[in-house]
Amino acid sequence: MAVLLIAEHNNKELRPFTLNAATAASQIDSDVHAVIIGQNSADAAKQLSELPVVKKVLSVEGAHYENFTAENFAPVVVKLAENYSHIVCSANTFGKNLMPRIAAHLDTSQVSDIIKVISLDTFLRPIYAGNAFATIKSNDAKKCVTIRPTSFDPCESTGGSAPIEKVDASEEFSNTKFIKREEIKSDRPELGTARIVVSGGRGMQSGDNFKLITEIADKLGAAIGASRAAVDAGYISNDHQVGQTGKVVVPDLYIAVGISGAIQHLAGMKESKVIVAINKDGEAPIFSVADYGLEADLFEALPQFMEELNKLNTIQK
Amino acid sequence: MKILVAVKRVIDYNVQIRVKEDGTGVVTENVKMSTNPPDDNAIEEAVKIKEAGKATEVVAVTVGEEKAQETVRKALAVGADRGIHVKVDGILEPLAVSKILQKIVDKEKPDLVFMGKQAIDDDCNQTGQMLSALLNWPQATFASKIDVKDNKLEVTREIDEGLETIEINVPAIVTCDLRLNEPRYASLPNIMKAKKKPIEEIAASDLGVDVSPRLEQLKVEEPPKRKAGIKVANVAELVQKLKNEAKVI
Repeated sequence: MAVLLIAEHNNKELRPFTLNAATAASQIDSDVHAVIIGQNSADAAKQLSELPVVKKVLSVEGAHYENFTAENFAPVVVKLAENYSHIVCSANTFGKNLMPRIAAHLDTSQVSDIIKVISLDTFLRPIYAGNAFATIKSNDAKKCVTIRPTSFDPCESTGGSAPIEKVDASEEFSNTKFIKREEIKSDRPELGTARIVVSGGRGMQSGDNFKLITEIADKLGAAIGASRAAVDAGYISNDHQVGQTGKVVVPDLYIAVGISGAIQHLAGMKESKVIVAINKDGEAPIFSVADYGLEADLFEALPQFMEELNKLNTIQK
Repeated sequence: MKILVAVKRVIDYNVQIRVKEDGTGVVTENVKMSTNPPDDNAIEEAVKIKEAGKATEVVAVTVGEEKAQETVRKALAVGADRGIHVKVDGILEPLAVSKILQKIVDKEKPDLVFMGKQAIDDDCNQTGQMLSALLNWPQATFASKIDVKDNKLEVTREIDEGLETIEINVPAIVTCDLRLNEPRYASLPNIMKAKKKPIEEIAASDLGVDVSPRLEQLKVEEPPKRKAGIKVANVAELVQKLKNEAKVI
């Protein structure tokens, strides 16, 4: 039986991690179908049909799907599930919210946040904030799997031409009403997919001081991250949080500034290819994962860093 | 309004996790255990709602071995009225826990069920959503703000893109984010008082729920270690290393 991928999108276009989830789905089985549930989402459905790994697109439209409410999405997937061996989506807040609701309806034990497909029924996943890796075999007939997007490369986005099939909408769930979404718009790359991330912690001391980080991020074409301490202190909004309960990032370069390196933060960034730590406390745990550690006062180091970057003839973007 | 809050006993968040040499799991013997941190936020929120006169009773429930009762006792010490301990040995999957909680909901008939958004041991992030599926109730996951309005809740949820606000009708499930509130500490007099509050013990086997595992944990291993890095003397050296050695900028 084929694998069913649940597409994440904003009704206009696919959200980027759908491509990573598609890769994971195709590693489970080459026969990948994708369902897109939304309102006026034809453009995103077309984009989905162009992913070469996707063999068929199922499109479900309805006004009650406009805001991606799990209570409305789950019945659609549950109904489709009879034709599939696996249901797959990203382990970001979209998938984390939705997939368990599907799994419970299917009486299946979900495998969350996998980082590797070992076989049709066996997966590798981090536990204890990434301090241990567990190999999990699912004995359920139907498998509900969420994938850690940063552990899978995005699939090719063009070249495919899968047929798009309309599927009937499910009834509306009337006890949940969407009110509003406050998205923080930014011209910077998305935190989850950025090649470089510059993050600040409690050591930044204020939200204003984050401009030191912003400046460097702009120069490097980087996304801005933060520790939970910095978000809790109100220096920066929650969508920047990196860690066990925030976002997991795997950039080529992660620069941690004024971040001590609590276990919960390391869980979100320690797979980064190159890690830089700037901290005035030489004993801070962040140095234990850093490739390059600089023991310095960040308020001196960051302006110098900017100066040094300005001296470079070229900067990779 | 009656609020049921589910709490879980886990390895304390400050403990450095050690993987057992035989690959069967992580070391839990002689390790400090605590309430799962966002479950503390769930209790705090329920108690605050009761203190604001918007709830009449807060019941704390846990599912687990003998010692899991400590987490219920702690909830009682910070303001829960009574407790329920569903006794079961061994590790249960979230699906099994949500089926047990469904039985407790059938019995207690709460208007709201609160719990942490994720347990920091298995990091599954499933139980609340599964329970709301089984009950066909609305779910407000990753809540960082809750406003109680008659028979509705307005909940702000933390999502990847920022914040989302939804309105849900009770009965409903809310899973709590760490930013929802600042959990209080139990005072000594309240700890003493909590010892007199009732905890009902129920054997999981009496609930008629199939809790047999569906997943096999074949192996638990240490994640690959990073090779040791170096300390650089100054910013100029750092930038040179990033440019010429690591070649990332």
